[in-house]
Amino acid sequence: MSDKRGDSDHAVTVRNVYKNYGDVEALQDLSLDFPRGQLTSLLGPSGCGKTTLLKIIAGLLPATSGEVTVNDQPVTGPGPDRAFVFQDFALLPWANVLRNVAFGLELRGVSRSERESIAEKYIADVGLTGFENSYPHELSGGMRQRVGLARALSVDSQVLLMDEPFSAVDEQTRRKFQEDLLNLVKHENKTFIFVTHSIEEAVYVSDQVAILLPRPSRVSEVIRPEGFRHKDVNSIRRDPEYLDIVDRIWSSLRTYVE
Amino acid sequence: MRYRSLLLKLLSAVIVFGAWEIAGRIPVSFAFPTFIESMAAFWTLLVDGTMFTAYAETLKPLVVGVLISAFLGIAIGLAIGLDLRFDWFVSPIFIVMQTAPLAALIPLLVMVYGIGLTSKVFVVCIMAMPVIVLNTAGAVRNTPASMIEMGRAFLGKKSDIILRIVLPSAAPIIFAGLRLGVSAGFIGAILSELKITPTGVGDIITYSRSIADYPSMYAAIMSIIVLAVLFLNVLERIEGYLFKGTRLGYVSE
Repeated sequence: MSDKRGDSDHAVTVRNVYKNYGDVEALQDLSLDFPRGQLTSLLGPSGCGKTTLLKIIAGLLPATSGEVTVNDQPVTGPGPDRAFVFQDFALLPWANVLRNVAFGLELRGVSRSERESIAEKYIADVGLTGFENSYPHELSGGMRQRVGLARALSVDSQVLLMDEPFSAVDEQTRRKFQEDLLNLVKHENKTFIFVTHSIEEAVYVSDQVAILLPRPSRVSEVIRPEGFRHKDVNSIRRDPEYLDIVDRIWSSLRTYVE
Repeated sequence: MRYRSLLLKLLSAVIVFGAWEIAGRIPVSFAFPTFIESMAAFWTLLVDGTMFTAYAETLKPLVVGVLISAFLGIAIGLAIGLDLRFDWFVSPIFIVMQTAPLAALIPLLVMVYGIGLTSKVFVVCIMAMPVIVLNTAGAVRNTPASMIEMGRAFLGKKSDIILRIVLPSAAPIIFAGLRLGVSAGFIGAILSELKITPTGVGDIITYSRSIADYPSMYAAIMSIIVLAVLFLNVLERIEGYLFKGTRLGYVSE
């Protein structure tokens, strides 16, 4: 199943998904497509259900009704075609970097030597060579999230789900991460779903931004910032189209911010 | 740093034993021997072998009781922590056990299980198990939700999530419970020998008191304290060895 690729252009589709917590409607009739090989951001004010939607796609939460498919297969739970990057990193504090990165493979029963050589490769990719034997508490927030990213990359899923991955790291690290993420999208043939509450971040890294409005959540608008995608990462933030889109999103969201 | 901590520990011991010696010399009570007298009696008991035969007897209910409490306690605590229904069903038993006046219940135990090893093991377990169970349950319940979610997202089986995430994450508090439980078990072992039948170390205490040989009595009491401290240190070493990364500042020598 993991190697089966759907024929459609969409790696993930969400169709008429409802999610209720008791009487509270968290998601209402939400439909959205995630194009293969691209990065889609879920953007919205807090409480708009973007993390809920991501966890439903991950198979960590069941939808009340509606259908989610990954490569045309309906989602019934977590699967090998999706990997998750957590907002709070979710690293094992008692395990060193090497074991943390290899942990996804460990849970899949991959032999120790094999999973450690795979982990070594991704540790190098995220720039943590030399820290294999460090423990999470010895690392900075940014380095911890690199570990979380390497763990998600090492299981080689086609879809990478990222739940506000940069919200717990400092601003400078965050900018570096955003540039790295653009490279990752360009070079890895993966579909990225990226939850964020930062408008600038969403516009900067995304091929497609889905704006979610709260109570109950639905997709209000899908924006595709295409004009500056091919440009140099350093000039994006000065691009008129970038600034226009940021402005437009802010004016549609501002009424929902109390 | 290591050197200084050793120095402070020695200083603390000197103050306690010094105070004991002075109190014995005043004397506070004719039934309170000096530290030196007690240590001399301890040496005599050690040399003539009394101490060893006594411990051969005392260690039986202690070891059996502590082992049962540790393994069963952690297993029950794990079940309570993982399953809310099990929690409602079983937790009250251990809360009652923890608060019950044990000494008053011993006659009941003796009526049911006699004066043999079984009753004494029960006393040790009643003392040791509740804190192990309740600590384990609390620690398991407080496993960070995102770590369990991570295990599920990366396709961990339920058993893997328990063994590789929940238990290691709960380990520091489980071990804290074990330390408290084991200390309580030592108290239980002596209590059972004083209250059920005088055997082992309890016999030395009872007998020396009856013939007013107070130094021997205090020597026996000291010996159990020393043994408990040594055992707790061993336990901490084991924990340090098993869970290197989770040691969070209560490391002592």
